[in-house]
Amino acid sequence: MPAILAIRDLRKSYANGFEALKGVTLDIEEGEILALLGPNGAGKTTLISTICGIIIPSSGTVTVGGHDTIEDYRAARSLIGLVPQEINLEPFETVWNTVRFSRGLFGKSRNDALLEDILRKLSLWEKRKSRIMELSGGMKRRVLIAKALSHEPRILFLDEPTAGVDVELRKDMWTIVAELKASGVTIILTTHYIEEAEAIADRIGVIADGALLLVEEKENLMTRMGQKQLEVQLTTPISVVPEQLAHYDLQLVNGGDALVYTYDTRGERTGITGLLNDVAQAGLALADVQTRQSSLEDIFVDLVSGDAP
Amino acid sequence: MNWTAVASIYRFEMARFFRTLMQSFLSPVLSTSLYFVVFGAAIGSRIDQVEGIDYGAFIVPGLIMLSVMTQAISNASFGIYFPKFIGTIYELLSAPVNFLEIVLGYVGAAATKALFIGVVILATASLFVDLTIAHPWAMVLFLLLTCLSFALLGFIIGIWAGNFEQLQLVPLMIVTPLVFLGGSFYSISMLPPIWQKITMFNPVVYLISGFRWAFFDTADVPVGLSLLAIGGFTTLCLAVIWWIFKTGWRIRS
Repeated sequence: MPAILAIRDLRKSYANGFEALKGVTLDIEEGEILALLGPNGAGKTTLISTICGIIIPSSGTVTVGGHDTIEDYRAARSLIGLVPQEINLEPFETVWNTVRFSRGLFGKSRNDALLEDILRKLSLWEKRKSRIMELSGGMKRRVLIAKALSHEPRILFLDEPTAGVDVELRKDMWTIVAELKASGVTIILTTHYIEEAEAIADRIGVIADGALLLVEEKENLMTRMGQKQLEVQLTTPISVVPEQLAHYDLQLVNGGDALVYTYDTRGERTGITGLLNDVAQAGLALADVQTRQSSLEDIFVDLVSGDAP
Repeated sequence: MNWTAVASIYRFEMARFFRTLMQSFLSPVLSTSLYFVVFGAAIGSRIDQVEGIDYGAFIVPGLIMLSVMTQAISNASFGIYFPKFIGTIYELLSAPVNFLEIVLGYVGAAATKALFIGVVILATASLFVDLTIAHPWAMVLFLLLTCLSFALLGFIIGIWAGNFEQLQLVPLMIVTPLVFLGGSFYSISMLPPIWQKITMFNPVVYLISGFRWAFFDTADVPVGLSLLAIGGFTTLCLAVIWWIFKTGWRIRS
């Protein structure tokens, strides 16, 4: 698949010396969902704003569908839809006029059927004659999405689409994203909710302090960096870990009811067979065994704090 | 040219005007009527004639200019400042449009509103005084150029302004005094000689004089100079706006 968005050594520094982007290079393939994960102030919004033309980069290039975002900005920008983080809407205008304005601004001819379809999908059709100021926060966020979709973009940027949104709307948003992907739209979303990236992304990029720390398939990332834990539940609680099990570095949990063994899935030998044998040898009876995989959140915290292997 | 975008911006801006149509319409009618009551009837009855023209009629071009200039500035400055203030400017900056299209949309709408108010005042004035327009086409040209150039100035102010106070500052502190001292309500020839010279540095004098010439065929300065002044002013504003978009001053970081 060709890259629909190619970012090369993109840098942004401000007059006061602050470097918001420190040479970001990234290729995004058509039709994928990329989640950019990072703490507040990491440079997520700066990166998106630079691609979309709101911020002028200090150096580096961005091409969208092969069009340079500065030299050939008209062609590049017409492929992009942007849903900003803040709810920026003209409060006195109606939903319909606001969305229609966006389509026209991008030079697309009037198409009421398409706008109706978008508004219906976003559950906004009934509200089309309402003024923006009369809508709830969640509805306003949908209007922002409708505006971005009104000009039929091939790439959609969602800057923290679910920040400050309740659980139900967040799930709705995930459904919308899945439907958009199915219709062939490439989606780049920023979030600091790990579960969001885990739930909907194909690839995950981790950004911190203006630099892209890594970009990887979600599954690979989790397998590569994931640690698993094996919990061995005992029939009879113990107070001390037997000496012959000391080298497994076990934790005694649940008041002595269970032993927890942490191992690396990348290792050639996980040590599970040996552990289970040694547990039996030590005269402990097993009630149950279960494993847990570390979440993206653990991986993320490790990465950002620089503890990653 | 992305004409669809120009039309969209224009329509969106005009919608704001139509939402407050009564205010947009009533306010100039009311203030013009008040000016006629105060200047025309109360003071005019003692002044009688200026340069051979009834004082009531004499002030009409100045009155129109006063409203058109302030309305063009306030509409255009608010039009571009408001998206900056509420954040919707992101869409304008990320859209496939160039500076000329943005300016045409916003300034075009602001100039249209100012023109509408100018026409309303002219209609209101004709209820109070007998008006004959000596050079109707020149009158239309001056009116259009004034709407356009002051809307351009307003656009610059709207981009420059960092808050609502600054938005009001230039119109209040600079434009209104220049218009009042620019011969709206008097002829320059009525001033003492020294002030006649000083007042020539006021650019508004040339606009009002030219506009008044279109009505009454009498002017403080040659009409060619008036046209040159307004043409130069429009070009200057366009150059500043071109520079603003080239450098991203106050809009793109």
